[in-house]
Amino acid sequence: MTDLPQGPTAHAAGAPAPEVPTSDVLVSARGLEVHFPIRSGGALRRTTGVLRAVDGVDLDIHRGETLGLVGESGCGKSTLGNALLRLVEPTGGTVTFDGTDVTALDRRAMRALRRRAGMVFQDPFASLDPRRTVRQTVSEPLEVHGLRSGRQERAERVAELLELVGLDPAVAERYPHEFSGGQRQRVGIARALAGEPDFLVCDEAIASLDVSVQAQVLNLLRRLQRRLGLTLLFISHDLSAVRHVSDRIAVMYLGRVVEVGPAAAVGSAPEMPYTQALLSAVPVPHPSLERARQRIVLRGDVPSPAAVPSGCRFRTRCPYAFEPCPDVDPALQPVGAPGQLAACHLHGVVGRPAGREDAAAG
Amino acid sequence: MTGAPLPEPAASPTATEDGVPSTARPPQPRWRQTLGLLARNPTAAVAATVLLLIVLMAVFDESLAPSGPNEIAVEDRLQPPSLAHPFGTDDLGRDILSRVVLGAGVSLRVGFLAVAFALVVGGLIGLLAGFYGRWVDDVLMRFMDVLFAFPAVLLAIAVLAVRGPGAGNTALAIGIVYIPVFARVTRASVLGVREEVYVRASRSVGASDLRLLSRHVLPNAAPPIIVQTSISLAFAVLAEAALSFLGLGTQPPNPSWGLMLAEGRGFIDLAWWLAFFPGMAIFLTVLCFNLLGDGLRDVLDPRQRTLMAGSGR
Repeated sequence: MTDLPQGPTAHAAGAPAPEVPTSDVLVSARGLEVHFPIRSGGALRRTTGVLRAVDGVDLDIHRGETLGLVGESGCGKSTLGNALLRLVEPTGGTVTFDGTDVTALDRRAMRALRRRAGMVFQDPFASLDPRRTVRQTVSEPLEVHGLRSGRQERAERVAELLELVGLDPAVAERYPHEFSGGQRQRVGIARALAGEPDFLVCDEAIASLDVSVQAQVLNLLRRLQRRLGLTLLFISHDLSAVRHVSDRIAVMYLGRVVEVGPAAAVGSAPEMPYTQALLSAVPVPHPSLERARQRIVLRGDVPSPAAVPSGCRFRTRCPYAFEPCPDVDPALQPVGAPGQLAACHLHGVVGRPAGREDAAAG
Repeated sequence: MTGAPLPEPAASPTATEDGVPSTARPPQPRWRQTLGLLARNPTAAVAATVLLLIVLMAVFDESLAPSGPNEIAVEDRLQPPSLAHPFGTDDLGRDILSRVVLGAGVSLRVGFLAVAFALVVGGLIGLLAGFYGRWVDDVLMRFMDVLFAFPAVLLAIAVLAVRGPGAGNTALAIGIVYIPVFARVTRASVLGVREEVYVRASRSVGASDLRLLSRHVLPNAAPPIIVQTSISLAFAVLAEAALSFLGLGTQPPNPSWGLMLAEGRGFIDLAWWLAFFPGMAIFLTVLCFNLLGDGLRDVLDPRQRTLMAGSGR
């Protein structure tokens, strides 16, 4: 360990968390971990390993911004989104929502807090209860939190919400199977907005839609964000969609945020080799530029989250790996543009010495 | 997708992405809709009608039966079916039609009570085990395994031996035997539904466990349980017959279909009608419960519902 990190979000996992200016930050994760035990042996259920889906994530989401979260499938970005809302229980670290430590809340307090944080799910065919009408689905948050008293007032509010997401209020008495994917996703968004939340997690919200519909839903989300002043966490593996909607972008690799910064910086001048490779894979909608585009093709596959490499977890595929990489777990440090952070030793060796027991795990 | 803003969607409030028309349907209570659809399913409709008749018969047994069920007329014994005795008479000269009519009440009452008991207790156990998993599941289901490991008849006999014979105790005995069946069916169904995204979605807006269970998990897990209920009603009627046959269920001279079947068995080559008519009553009831269960399963599924409502017009 050499220098201490300078940026507001930069610190090594396990190090004391620096003070966060709470006025600006709505949601904040510190050393967040979601580890799943790997069990084998039927009845005896021995725990034979640990799957590190999210493994020490530090992330701040500022009030009113759209933070794009990108990464390959299996890198833990959806688990992170779920863990921030405690839909998956974190096994370590903390999540702070508007100054409240969410991980310390009891069930009742957590349920009450859910009014202020909504989630839009990936598959609109699975996320709506097939036995409940659109009205019943959208008014559930109203009933749960007692936001509108009386059937009539709730129905009016549901009609408002449906109009807000571009649906005809007359469809309220219909069942989900009568709608297309894009329409269902609008219903899902209406439900997420019913409690007038401050924070919305969109977990691959457009991934399972037709490309033509993706654009519609994407623009709907942008419009809503501006109109309602939402703070948005936009999780996607589609880097171009993320660049289109995000103010800032965070890149995840193998359970860790490896680069974060303003969308313009991360999306055009990334400082972490993994982000560079990810970005080089995005096609450019311009023939001559597209021909000139140089792809960085990574060697090998993503290591298993059950056997994370020691030190820098990207080193096994990194074209620039050098001596400190296996020995020091890199921390996020300020690089490039203001507010841009990357976890890479190329910008100076910063981080925690790799524990050998970490490397041997799994 | 970078650069220029994407085209805004046509913000027309009507459905534009595909051809779902937006004409509002006249609101109709759900149960009436269910009944209406059930009426359009011919098999289920016939089954429901026959069951209704059987139930009515059981309710108005006293006034429907041509003669008292226990009126002995030894000179008329073992008469084949005739105008005076449409179903014939038994070895004591009792009118079999009257006994079948009065037996309906005994058989159905025991069947309904037994299944209701098993459904409530077993369903609750399965619901909790399936939803909460972990140690709750382990404890409850191991207990169910123990109960299930007993041979069904032996278990029922044990219950009746402790509590004594009689209609209520017979229903209790059969109900206890069926608890693990309902627990397992419910648990299996709940396990599938529990992982559905819409359950997590509901939790994400702050729904309590009670709400999740009652509004989302149970309704979606219900179809296999409904079918199991109808099948179990059939089996419960049969189980009552078996227990009565063993002398532990309904006590002579009270008529129950199972008891009559058992008593008629000895005369099967001499006077077939003794066993035939109560047997047919059991067969018809069991069949109708099964057909009704199938019909209900179809009708309760909203996807099928729309299809059927559409084709029916």
